[in-house]
Amino acid sequence: MITLDINGKTHELDIADDMPLLYALRNQVGLNGAKYGCGLGQCGACTVLVNDKPVFSCLTPCGALAGKSVRTVESLGSVDQPGPLQKAFIDEQAAQCGYCIAGMIVRAQALLEANPHPDDETIRRHMAPNLCRCGTHVRIFAAIKSVVAQGGKV
Amino acid sequence: MKNPTQNVNLSRRAFVINGALVMGFAMLPGIPRAFADTEVDTLGTTILAPDLPGSLRATPYLDAWIRIDAKDGITVYTGKVELGTGVKTALLQIAAERLEVSPGLIRFLTADTALTPNEGYTAGSHTIVDSGTALFNAAAQVRQLLLESAARQWQRSIDSLTTRDAVIYDTQGRSMTYAQAVVGVQLHRFASANSPFKPAGSFTLIGKSLPRLDIPAKVSGGAAYVQDMRLPDMLHARVIRPPRRGSQLLEIDEAALRQLPGEVKLVRNGSYLAVVATDEWLAVKAMREGYAKARWTEGNPLPDSTHIHQLLTELPARRYPVSAKGDLPQPLPRAYKARVTKQYLMHGSIGPSCAVAWFKDGTLTVWTHTQGVYPLRAGIAEMVGLPVAQVRCIHAEGSGCYGHNGADDAAADAALIAMAIPGKPIRVQWMREQENLWEPYSSAMLAEVEAGLDDSGRLRDWKYELWSTPHNERIVNAGRLLPAWLLANPFTPAPSVPIAQPEGDGDRNAVPLYEIPNLKVDMNFVLTMPFRTSAMRSLGAHINIFAIESTVDELAARATIDPVQFRLNHLSDPRARAVVERVAAEFRWPHKATGPGSGIGFAFARYKNIMGYCAIAVQLHVQRQTGQVMIDRVVAAVDVGQIVSPDGLLNQIQGGIVQSASWTLYERILYDASGMHSFDWSGYPIMRFPDLPQQVEVHMIDQPDQPFLGAAEIVQGPMAAALGNAINDATGKRLLDLPLARRGWQDALGS
Ligand code: FES
Ligand code: FES
Repeated sequence: MITLDINGKTHELDIADDMPLLYALRNQVGLNGAKYGCGLGQCGACTVLVNDKPVFSCLTPCGALAGKSVRTVESLGSVDQPGPLQKAFIDEQAAQCGYCIAGMIVRAQALLEANPHPDDETIRRHMAPNLCRCGTHVRIFAAIKSVVAQGGKV
Repeated sequence: MKNPTQNVNLSRRAFVINGALVMGFAMLPGIPRAFADTEVDTLGTTILAPDLPGSLRATPYLDAWIRIDAKDGITVYTGKVELGTGVKTALLQIAAERLEVSPGLIRFLTADTALTPNEGYTAGSHTIVDSGTALFNAAAQVRQLLLESAARQWQRSIDSLTTRDAVIYDTQGRSMTYAQAVVGVQLHRFASANSPFKPAGSFTLIGKSLPRLDIPAKVSGGAAYVQDMRLPDMLHARVIRPPRRGSQLLEIDEAALRQLPGEVKLVRNGSYLAVVATDEWLAVKAMREGYAKARWTEGNPLPDSTHIHQLLTELPARRYPVSAKGDLPQPLPRAYKARVTKQYLMHGSIGPSCAVAWFKDGTLTVWTHTQGVYPLRAGIAEMVGLPVAQVRCIHAEGSGCYGHNGADDAAADAALIAMAIPGKPIRVQWMREQENLWEPYSSAMLAEVEAGLDDSGRLRDWKYELWSTPHNERIVNAGRLLPAWLLANPFTPAPSVPIAQPEGDGDRNAVPLYEIPNLKVDMNFVLTMPFRTSAMRSLGAHINIFAIESTVDELAARATIDPVQFRLNHLSDPRARAVVERVAAEFRWPHKATGPGSGIGFAFARYKNIMGYCAIAVQLHVQRQTGQVMIDRVVAAVDVGQIVSPDGLLNQIQGGIVQSASWTLYERILYDASGMHSFDWSGYPIMRFPDLPQQVEVHMIDQPDQPFLGAAEIVQGPMAAALGNAINDATGKRLLDLPLARRGWQDALGS
């Protein structure tokens, strides 16, 4: 049995220690936000927050998460009540296929929680681990900037 | 030299005569006809009504597009799919505009072989042109029939009736819903060639940026993709592919798989292997075990990457004359000559391909992110030996595909596994390395250009020859599905046929739009594929426009004429001139960049010479030591006819600029005799945030009442060409081998 603290709820899961968090989130917990993109820590589609830091859930074994808190994009808001970044992404229509977007929002969340006033260069460098193949970067960047412009409160 | 037409493949030529060139689409009465698609026609839809607009030509019945009843209200169907370009919302806007109802009153269904029209593939920037035009007309005609019905019942003239949100009103306060009015109206009838006219000035939805329907769920973790489907008792599968093409399975240690904790089933058919488990992580472990324990024959050798372009000229090919006019002297006097190359590229979807299939009660249902549910259904039915009527393919979104990626093959995987395990839904997810190694690539290409000026500095002679493997290996038979090659009774791919001009294949946009009196353009369609290749956004247009536009810049320099002016000197189409002039004005061309290694570049093309217009100017700087290219500013102007959703169009153009910059600056598939090296993102780097253009401006020129021209792919070629021209301006080096930056730059300096 493994105990995971996900979005403020405790889950007792009968899974192997080596199961990457991504698989547990999607299959055992039934969350869609974290996506499988590479399983290699190269694309960021699977990004979640562990103790407020962005991590690749595809590379994080569940056995290493005892006592840590996991947050996914689902914790940031919902369709009816989107959080600040989610709302900015909707307002900017910052998605094409959108497959990368949940990971983008989670990584941006980590940045703004730690630094509500990042400059452009900091945003670009911080977002570098996450890939988007549709080329939605211009809008993703604009969405993050619009939250910063409103005080960076997430 | 023998007459080049002797080498023409007659079926292709015949198609041009019988198909696209004599057909057009009329979106609105009185509008001159534009050439319509062949990409769809060549992909299996049959033309039943050549006089009708858009996809009504293949699916002429009104009730194939729109149904109205008391229970479901208004249902609108499209055979096209959402690939991440926002077309679902744009098509809904068009249908709602012409039915004159708010979009929220429409139940909108996309490609499903049990429900929707067959619109072939969602590809080639055709969705709005085909399906949008069909809905634009069908919806207006349905509304007209409803008005006629109400007018009959009330004994009023149609002109005295109005409609609002699916209710018809007369001047005496009577009202009737669309669902009431439709009673007694036969919608199972052919559409007519002409539709009620509505001036663009009175549109309330077309031309407005409706927020996309799919984005709220996608930013908040809602189930949005086929990857997110969870059916009752669904099993998870992984495939085990051979080490390379041509490898045959010798043996696999099945006992080793039984050692794993939990129940794992091996599906085996010839060299086809897959593992199935109740838990996904267990399926991944079993797959890894399978890779470790399977033994294979050597397989086909890989070509030498350093001489791939030479190899393309030596392999068996069919030669197609693409265009010829005037009288080209041989050899051309004082010609500018260039040899331009492009490497194999991959679509590189962020989410590897995935599909869910379920064989239940004799019917196989497949949920897939394919671009064409109908062609896929036929291919799968043939592969598994079921009648077509017992296979249903339903589109479910995946990660953006940008062309023919692993989607169809993953669907075939799911189908094969579901047939082996009847009664259970099967979800197959490809791994990153499987996507990278087995998706169909975008072909490596070679183009040779020779061009010359007359004494007054005008383009006079143009000779262009290109070599490419196919760009259109779509699913026309089971053998086009990769898993079908591996079966004990394998299937063979149908012979390759290039997409006809004016759409073009490798030769898409191979003919310059500029006025040139003497011109000859030929394509060598290479039939043996060292790597399996198929459609990726813009097909050959990426390199062809790059080659044309770099040549035009070189000739402008020879003529000592500003490159923008030089282009204008050879363009008479006012819409082409308008995008060029707009970019020049907004960019303040030739406003020079400052700082070391800075340069500016310009490019223009009309996609396929029949679709959207696009001009781009780029300002960048190059770090000579590293070959790092920083893009400071991009200014683009586009004209795609009547704009449906300005924000949707903007999103596509911004995305295309970034994607094309990535292809052009960084991308190439790495391989050598020892194997493939681009199996993950470290072996196939694409653009990341730090390399993002600092500033992107897009100017959209709307053309009210003009036909829709399509948007998604129009920027790929011009962006590539503008980058090449700007790098030349920055460094004095004319780079002609893609990719241009980093490694590409260093290779160019080394050679
Ligand atoms: S899926 Fe985790 S980084 Fe790509
Ligand atoms: S929006 Fe498609 S991958 Fe980012």
